[in-house]
Amino acid sequence: MVSERQLEAIKGAKVLMVGAGGIGCELLKTLALSGFQDIHIIDMDTIEVSNLNRQFLFRQSHVGQSKAKVARDAVLKFRPQMSITAHHANVKDPKFNVEFFKQFNVVLNGLDNLDARRHVNRLCLAADVPLVESGTTGFLGQVTVHVKGKTECYECQPKPAPKTYPVCTITSTPSKFVHCIVWAKDLLFAKLFGDKNQENDLNVRSSDAASSSDHAEDVFVRRKDEDIDPYGRRIYDHVFGYNIEVASSNEETWKNRNRPKPIYSADVMPENLTEQNGNVAKNCVVDTSSVSAMASLGLKNPQDTWTLLESSRIFLEALKLFFAKREKEIGNLSFDKDDQLAVEFVTAAANIRAASFGISLHSLFEAKGIAGNIVHAVATTNAIIAGLIVIEAIKVLLKDTDKYRMTYCLEHITKKMLLMPVEPYEPNKSCYVCSETPLSLEINTSRSKLRDFVEKIVKAKLGINFPLIMHGSNLLYEVGDDLDEVEVANYAANLEKVLSQLPSPVTNGTMLTVEDLQQELTCNINIKHREEFDEEKEPDGMLLSGWTQAPPAKDDKQSMNDKQSIGNGGDSSNALQTEPADAVKDGEMEEISEPAGKKRKLSEGSKASILDATDGTRNHKEVEKLDDDDDDDVVMFDDLDSMTNKKKRLQ
Amino acid sequence: MDGEELTEQETALYDRQIRVWGADAQRRLSKSHILVCGMKGTVAEFCKNIVLAGVGSLTLMDDRVVTEEAWSANFLIPPDENVYGGKTIAEVCCDSLKDFNPMVRVSVEKGDLSSLDGEFYDKFDVVVVSCCSVTTKKLINEKCRKLSKRVAFYTVDCRDSCGEIFVDLQNHKYSKQKIEETIECQLQYPSFEEAISVPWRALPRKASKLYFALRVLEQFEEAEGRSPGEISIADLPAVLKLKKELCEANALNASHVTDSLLERLIIGTREFPPVCAVVGGILGQEVIKAISCKGEPLKNFFFFDVMDGKGVVEDVSNPKKESK
Repeated sequence: MVSERQLEAIKGAKVLMVGAGGIGCELLKTLALSGFQDIHIIDMDTIEVSNLNRQFLFRQSHVGQSKAKVARDAVLKFRPQMSITAHHANVKDPKFNVEFFKQFNVVLNGLDNLDARRHVNRLCLAADVPLVESGTTGFLGQVTVHVKGKTECYECQPKPAPKTYPVCTITSTPSKFVHCIVWAKDLLFAKLFGDKNQENDLNVRSSDAASSSDHAEDVFVRRKDEDIDPYGRRIYDHVFGYNIEVASSNEETWKNRNRPKPIYSADVMPENLTEQNGNVAKNCVVDTSSVSAMASLGLKNPQDTWTLLESSRIFLEALKLFFAKREKEIGNLSFDKDDQLAVEFVTAAANIRAASFGISLHSLFEAKGIAGNIVHAVATTNAIIAGLIVIEAIKVLLKDTDKYRMTYCLEHITKKMLLMPVEPYEPNKSCYVCSETPLSLEINTSRSKLRDFVEKIVKAKLGINFPLIMHGSNLLYEVGDDLDEVEVANYAANLEKVLSQLPSPVTNGTMLTVEDLQQELTCNINIKHREEFDEEKEPDGMLLSGWTQAPPAKDDKQSMNDKQSIGNGGDSSNALQTEPADAVKDGEMEEISEPAGKKRKLSEGSKASILDATDGTRNHKEVEKLDDDDDDDVVMFDDLDSMTNKKKRLQ
Repeated sequence: MDGEELTEQETALYDRQIRVWGADAQRRLSKSHILVCGMKGTVAEFCKNIVLAGVGSLTLMDDRVVTEEAWSANFLIPPDENVYGGKTIAEVCCDSLKDFNPMVRVSVEKGDLSSLDGEFYDKFDVVVVSCCSVTTKKLINEKCRKLSKRVAFYTVDCRDSCGEIFVDLQNHKYSKQKIEETIECQLQYPSFEEAISVPWRALPRKASKLYFALRVLEQFEEAEGRSPGEISIADLPAVLKLKKELCEANALNASHVTDSLLERLIIGTREFPPVCAVVGGILGQEVIKAISCKGEPLKNFFFFDVMDGKGVVEDVSNPKKESK
């Protein structure tokens, strides 16, 4: 039941929803039932079969159509009087500029990636429109409120970079199945079927013998008139046999590790098996989109774990099918979790490699989840989170600042709660996004190129789409449609120069200004020259810092060093060499303890640390005292271990 | 489990959720049969969740005809008389739910829930009742308990911006993931009647105020012969009087159950859709946990109130009789 005041605010509100997926469908329905009249939805995606189990506004017959448009039509069926405007577009499209955002009273995010979330956060800040942000993974979820000047912005806490693996772990010393998947997907698959000109570490560092690299260079190219069967076996023997043999001869590497054993195709598969495969494959036809090695070999259940023999047969069969049925695509393929044959090939290759390194084998279903960074999702969590978003949105419309809460949806009952509200934070005064505080970058200015800075810092770390980089009043780099040829050539040349050689040299002590005109974001970066970087720990060869953490928890609390993040209620991203961005770090939970008998009231700012479920943020969060009862205990986590289990099973 | 594999179609459709609860749980879900009675907004939310999850069948009971009030918080009912005219609420909801997942059998059962005999309930694994009197709740719960097979029993109701779920899983065995290992656990539940007869003074002092407030309203409606929710602001003085009496009888400080909370619950007869989504979502999750025997289910009351934003679990069972 809503009050007159609430009803008025709801009816007069113009709402922007970003994302019409898992959370979006639930949100649009709940907004409609609650009486909202004017809603815009932006979503660039089209509907897929794996959406249908939770995105209940969509049906089988809608597969392939715009999510935003189908969602609008579905809701208009039970609320025909509403005005719903659907935009089948990327929220980062320049047409959704600050002016566009200014027309809304509140923005509600149901997004599935960090990049878009940061973008919307910046536009909301620039347009001064409140943002309600959300995310879910499995049974976990959270809703947060971001109002400029009142609460922290989405980026007040640094977001961790997606997990990357040291190159040598992937190429030489895998210890987890995920390492084998990354190898199979980003190195082997890319080498065989992807762009030949791309750098690829497949053979590099896999041995101490420099010769193997030279020798290997042409191994992957199919020779003229070479039959597909011997070609497949040659590849197999090279990557699972020869390379492993060379690598395992390096005594130093295996001092403290289990030495891998080389696997050759002839040992696993007697000659006639491949013959058989061939026959089966020839009889099996033909629709390119559904070419499957599993189907050719009569393997049906994606939940089954193949034996080494089955993996080997799938490997050869999938390779053969790529050449037999999809030859035109070879050279341009990149891994796609929805490409059955690619998933089969990667699963098989990862399993063979895992067998070689004594790592347990996994099913196609599991391998697909890891390779595609597939986010776990269920309808119930999305429904709950959508309800909580609407509750916060109404408070935001009424400007009930004191009542704003971030709410966590928990998998396990914690301190008697399944839904846990927490008082939002004040803006972080050192946030480079909402407070424009300078950042600091350690970089080797006489070795790093402007291109490295643009790619690794400006785009990847700062999430800037249309960068403009200035040193004082000198423009070093700029993108845009309105540049003339001379400028374009100049900037292209600058990209290839090392920082200290730029027309306006960037050296120790330089202050750079980076702007994004679309996001109306400006940030300043102090450059500090540093000679050496640790290749393993600082693979970028540079180190960005500047945020300081939000005010730490009161000293009578232990802070909680967990890294807990809840993704998004959406599907995968295809980031290179990453594990799901929402991975929960093992063993980093600590119990929070509260001195017994201590009584405090909300007005005294009584707070305790809590996990922050916001997208991988690692920080100290505080829980307000949740009740007016003096004797209410502080929120305590004693059973969070199991939160990490799902992820563990995937590794 | 029984060894029957999920079909390719099921694996494709349920991919994301199998990654949450596993293929085994998905198989159990697809063989489960659910009965719901009282199709208001919260139950509509629950039905959507459970149909999407892929249960075997869902049976709906609600013979009321569709009114404007019925569709206000229920997205399963199109506000078009040409569509709903002449049909019962259950029939209209059934038509909508069938669309959500063609793999789930959705049907309607007519008749009065309390007059059906025990055999009727034998067909189901889960029974969810909403918007019925405390007597009916007790009666259905007892009928479920008398069956040789275990039937999970739930009640769910939302008033104003508050919601309540009651759970009776009788004797429930489940597995729980703890770091690397799976541990087997067991919980013993009291019936609805046993739970609401627990003396108030036996409950922790911090026990949810909503628990007490809703018992007061339940008793008031029962004594006055009203239907659930058939109460108005004019009843407030009588309700407050009853509250005082009950608090005195139970040696509970009457200020614990605030007058303003009771007033809110009386005025707000209509459901608040965001609360339906939240409570229907929690109920969906709990039923999935119960069917799959995976994960710790809540015992035995859940409360949600928009005012403080907390979703609280309260264990209301007689400490002497129940051992944890």
